[in-house]
Amino acid sequence: MLLQYILRRTLILIPLLTAVSIISFVIIQLPPGDFLQMEVMRLRSAGTPIAEEQVNLLKVQYGLDKSLLQQYWIWIMGILTRGDFGFSMQLNRPVGEILAERVPLTVLVTLMSAILIWLIAVPIGIYSATHKYSFFDYFWTFVGFIGLSVPGFLLALVVMWIAFSRFGITAIGLVSPEFENAPWSLAKFIDMLKHIWVPILIISFSGTAGLIRTMRSMMLDELNKQYVITARAKGLSERRLLLKYPARTAINPVTSTIGWMLPALFAGEVLVSYVLNIPTTGPVLMRSLLNQDMYLAGSIVFILSCLTVIGTLVSDILLAWLDPRIRFEGNAV
Amino acid sequence: MTNIPLIPRRKRSDPFEQAADAAVAQSKRVERERKYYTASQWQLIWSKFRRHRLAMTAVVVLALLYFIAIFCEFVAPYTPVKDFPQHLFSPPTRIRLIASDTGEFVGPFVYALEGKLNEKFQRVFVEDMTTRYPIRFFVSGEEYKLLGLFKTDIHLFGVEGAPIFLFGTDRLGRDVFSRVVYGARISLTIGLVGVFLSFLLGLTIGGISGFFGGAVDEVIQRIIDLLISIPGLPLWMALAAAVPRDWSTIQTYFAITVVLSIVGWAGLARVVRGKLLSLRQEDFAIAAKVAGASEARIIAKHLLPLFFSYIIVSITLSIPAMILAETSLSFIGLGMQPPAVSWGVLLQDAQNLSAIVLYPWLLLPCLFVIVTVLMFNFLGDGLRDAADPYLI
Repeated sequence: MLLQYILRRTLILIPLLTAVSIISFVIIQLPPGDFLQMEVMRLRSAGTPIAEEQVNLLKVQYGLDKSLLQQYWIWIMGILTRGDFGFSMQLNRPVGEILAERVPLTVLVTLMSAILIWLIAVPIGIYSATHKYSFFDYFWTFVGFIGLSVPGFLLALVVMWIAFSRFGITAIGLVSPEFENAPWSLAKFIDMLKHIWVPILIISFSGTAGLIRTMRSMMLDELNKQYVITARAKGLSERRLLLKYPARTAINPVTSTIGWMLPALFAGEVLVSYVLNIPTTGPVLMRSLLNQDMYLAGSIVFILSCLTVIGTLVSDILLAWLDPRIRFEGNAV
Repeated sequence: MTNIPLIPRRKRSDPFEQAADAAVAQSKRVERERKYYTASQWQLIWSKFRRHRLAMTAVVVLALLYFIAIFCEFVAPYTPVKDFPQHLFSPPTRIRLIASDTGEFVGPFVYALEGKLNEKFQRVFVEDMTTRYPIRFFVSGEEYKLLGLFKTDIHLFGVEGAPIFLFGTDRLGRDVFSRVVYGARISLTIGLVGVFLSFLLGLTIGGISGFFGGAVDEVIQRIIDLLISIPGLPLWMALAAAVPRDWSTIQTYFAITVVLSIVGWAGLARVVRGKLLSLRQEDFAIAAKVAGASEARIIAKHLLPLFFSYIIVSITLSIPAMILAETSLSFIGLGMQPPAVSWGVLLQDAQNLSAIVLYPWLLLPCLFVIVTVLMFNFLGDGLRDAADPYLI
């Protein structure tokens, strides 16, 4: 049953990813003119003469003389068969190479933020529900509202300011300056861990708020149910009772929030990494968009969207595994 | 159901009076209950909303912010482009109440600031304590057109003889406070316009989806799924990057709102469709049908009022996301472009560490962003609690 569910959900992935790739291709084509025209213009303004025939030759070489549909086909086939995402004019390197450098770090930061959000929000949600209207309940509600209202990049700016004025740290970055160009080693990895918690904490902050609220209200719903009273009447200790029954039921809808949490996390990551100068996809995406380096920009949007779609799938499967009602209902959320 | 406060009974010795008091209390309670059960939906929503303190605070603060946005020429002491070449990166002017020489209370005044080089050859501003310049209200300054109609030169406050910078100045010596006040216009309205556009799109598409059902519904639902699963900001950034740089402020403004609502309608459409479908199944809708009411009457009389309270809530809660999106886009240089003034554009100046450390007042616009977003969240929260007045 579970296998069938996974299979069906995976099949839905195909049209979704196709649609995502079309959107990304549209993004690449959006700015007026194409990269070749811009490059030719740049070269001509720099004084390098380029003959019209040469331009046409390049056009054929890059497939720019073909229809948009054919161009899309060439682009997507390049990605699927050769891992060829196109060429970044601005960085003068293949896009695939840049992605290989940056994407793992983005995934690492986002995943760790998601885990941190869970670790913080679930216990606090349970506590707030069992201690309704207590001081800490109000306190966390307040913190939650602040988290919702303060955008990550502002928090990052403030953190940078504090880091400098208190500790004299000029750049958060990913590693200390002495490791900047060093190859990966255990020492560099440990050094990275010393830095990476800052962006992770900042990105998690805004996500935690919503999850605490969801967890709290789900938990409140469950606490009023008969089975809780029965269990209590039978003399089960409060702690075991909470963790064994209502918490397990309440956590299910929270699992499904991963789906909408991931897009928000990726979005938050872009700006926070830009401000803190973390070498993830965020700062590259920004610079490429400002410079209209569209193959790079489109590919990053494509990869981020793919990751989100796949992440949502994983969370749905996780939910089906946790909650048999969803597997047997047949109709997934 | 019984949130009707009981009238406290005073102690009386006379049993007859006690009985009379009880009867009065009883009739008052009945009266209250009658009022409660016969009140219209909107009356109930209002009475419940009024009790939500945070939401009421939010209404007041937001009203104030929008007042500032509408009358920004009046509130700001200077125009956003007026520069003071002698006061580049001046810190906020200190407003004093007590004269430093005599120690007596003289009302709000400022000292003139003088730029001097310190021993490290850094420019610092020193207050010139010789002359006091009182802060006056409703002073005349630069001429402007109030609401674009009436010519006047009255500003809310100002100082004659010396400049006043409540929030300091930026790298060109422009008053940050005035720029924040002018920036409110774009920052506060872009959320409203964006949500309005998303709402139009969402209502139409969600309505079509719910009305036709079948294959149309299925396709629209999949499109919505897709739009919701794509990370919003990267997509917004990519679309905003395609907006030509040489467009005018007005053109960019509308382009950005369109970009924001292209992604934003999906969530609203889902709410519209889901709510319509579930409300049709409610007991009262079925009861009305059984009683012989026409489809049109059921929708207009029973579904729409309830439905609209939900829509208002989800609209209110999606405004802050739009405001934050505009701020983020402008902050990284992909949204509004200078010379347009919005809070995000102002924050561009606070991008690098040295600027924040040396001139921390450049971060002040973000205080306004945070307060606005916080207030919209409070308002939405209060509306959500009040939207279903029968639920306690």
